[in-house]
Amino acid sequence: MSEASAESSKAIRIEKKGAGSDASRLAKQSWFSHVMHRPESGAVSGLVFVYVFFVLFANGSGMFSAEGLMNIFKVSAELGILAVSVSLLMIAGEFDLSIGSMVALAGLIIGVGVAKLGLSLPVAVMIAFVFSLLIGAFNGYLVVRTKLPSFIVSLATMFILRGVAVAATRMLTGKTQISYVVNELNQNSWVVSLFSGHLFTGLFQTLAEHGVIDMRPDGLPAVQGIPMSILWWLAISALATWMLLRTRLGNWIFATGGDLNAARNMGVPVDKVRILLFMFSAVSATLFATIQVLESGSADTLRGIQKEFEAIIAAVIGGSLLTGGYGSAIGSMFGALIFGTVQIGMFYTGIDTDWFKVFLGVMVLLAVLFNDYIRKMATSSR
Amino acid sequence: MVPVIELAKVRKTFGSVIALDGVSFDVYPGEVHCLLGDNGAGKSTLIKVLSGVHQPTQGTIRIDGQDVQFKSPRDAYKAGVATVFQDLAMLPLMSITRNFFLGREPTKGRGIFRRFDAKFADVVTRKEMVRIGIDIRDPGQAVGTLSGGERQGLAIARATYFGAKVLILDEPTSALGVHQASMVLKYIDQARKNGIGVVFITHNINHAYPIGDRFTLLNRGTSHGTFKKAEISREEILRVMAGGEDLDALMEQLPGVEA
Ligand SMILES: Nc1ncnc2c1ncn2[C@@H]1O[C@H](COP(=O)(O)OP(=O)(O)OP(=O)(O)O)[C@@H](O)[C@H]1O
Ligand SMILES: [Mg+2]
Repeated sequence: MSEASAESSKAIRIEKKGAGSDASRLAKQSWFSHVMHRPESGAVSGLVFVYVFFVLFANGSGMFSAEGLMNIFKVSAELGILAVSVSLLMIAGEFDLSIGSMVALAGLIIGVGVAKLGLSLPVAVMIAFVFSLLIGAFNGYLVVRTKLPSFIVSLATMFILRGVAVAATRMLTGKTQISYVVNELNQNSWVVSLFSGHLFTGLFQTLAEHGVIDMRPDGLPAVQGIPMSILWWLAISALATWMLLRTRLGNWIFATGGDLNAARNMGVPVDKVRILLFMFSAVSATLFATIQVLESGSADTLRGIQKEFEAIIAAVIGGSLLTGGYGSAIGSMFGALIFGTVQIGMFYTGIDTDWFKVFLGVMVLLAVLFNDYIRKMATSSR
Repeated sequence: MVPVIELAKVRKTFGSVIALDGVSFDVYPGEVHCLLGDNGAGKSTLIKVLSGVHQPTQGTIRIDGQDVQFKSPRDAYKAGVATVFQDLAMLPLMSITRNFFLGREPTKGRGIFRRFDAKFADVVTRKEMVRIGIDIRDPGQAVGTLSGGERQGLAIARATYFGAKVLILDEPTSALGVHQASMVLKYIDQARKNGIGVVFITHNINHAYPIGDRFTLLNRGTSHGTFKKAEISREEILRVMAGGEDLDALMEQLPGVEA
């Protein structure tokens, strides 16, 4: 007894001798390496590279006119809306392959609701959102209950939703496309302004009158204003970033994806977190669909095809790990912006758009390799 | 004195596997109770029952003498049972602070503006880590950059800070070198001095014997009993852990080894 307590108390009196990480033993970390440790650093350098490239090769093509830039932002915004929720899901260690089908289905709910069932536009949009919450909850519930990889579960719902969308639309309307969803009766509805309106139209009119931006022959500015889709994109990205980095839920999302069991053992409600994120991804798909339907005025069973992959690509370029536990919501914004810039840039430079897919594939490979490197750096002593 | 936590005749089966068979176990405040046993003896299962991961098939759990049921680890956590699992429950890619407060994040603000109080969390983490003897430069650095011993220290500091009455450590020293292991023993002693009841699981008698106040020996799901340090010698524990006579027999079979 005495021997042992002597032994233990001796161990206690040891001063901090060689305790691995004494502050003095660590080399001072440079500002540069601190920045490079952020998950979105790859996407930001990629974006700089893309803009340098197009400024060199597409200057004077109109790509950097107000109209060209607005096109870039619009394409980026639509993908970005999906990519934010996908990046959150990926950080939590899950995939949702069903969002592309959800885009089609949500659009068709609005279309059928208005054109076939005679619902008002706000009601149809509301039904689409409620429905997407249910679908998202179902996806999440299936994943947490079956414990199957969400890749497989959402692959199944991807086919189910697309199938239901096509079959039900054909059954109800005899067609696969519904036009005049937005028509003379409802084009002034507040939902139209909310999802497909433009901001600062007066300002853009003035700018056009003063020759700052181009004027169309009919006296309207080439760019009417800032499309609502861009505002939605910025708002959702900002909210998701704040939530991820500054709230308790954000901490839980990282933990859930980092190590499901460890997080559960620490009392994190990992099932609730995941179900919530699946609901968020279905809702963002519906937001995307609503914007698309109200901008184009029509719904189509072919909408949203491959969007799930494009969103994953944007999230990966934005620094989210395929294995979960690490990533960035704001990074997905940069990922989507790279995507939109290259897509529109190719159009303006006259590069055959077939090369776009090649570019995407290469970007994904580079991004994955880079993310892996960043992750290793983040956990190695710095 | 009443034990802070007590298992009475607990049985736990997984299908046909009997992981625990009528095991009783208790911990008093301010003691280190070592749980010893060979691989597969049921040590991890026992602490998973204590910490709410598993529900016992039979038997009762008592906290401060009151019967309780833990439906989830969160229940146990709320009742003051903090567990450092073999896999540590650390997220290597997350910062020290975020790991420290995982599942119990301090917040400020109200309603939709309720947010993680990062400044407060950083200050507390740094202070608590220094208190246990680990001087971290940047609480924002990833846990993956800490050594194994420091991670154990972080887990213990975390449990102590959140007012754990019972601290359960599953093989905290098994993957560590001599120096780091002694650091962890030091953290354990610190926790004991703070009045916490510690359950310490290890294969290594050289780690258990110096720090332990009592020892429970498990073998294939059953308990060989609980002994005070005065009642049992290091050698005897070793002999029971190795499955009784087996070790002597093995010694005899090996050429050149004195039995
Ligand atoms: N979830 C489970 N499902 C089925 N069997 C299990 C489960 N958990 C443990 N067992 C079985 O229960 C027995 C006891 O396992 P346990 O993990 O408690 O042992 P242990 O003493 O912690 O061993 P070790 O020293 O290797 O960590 C083993 O036979 C194991 O295979
Ligand atoms: Mg074990």
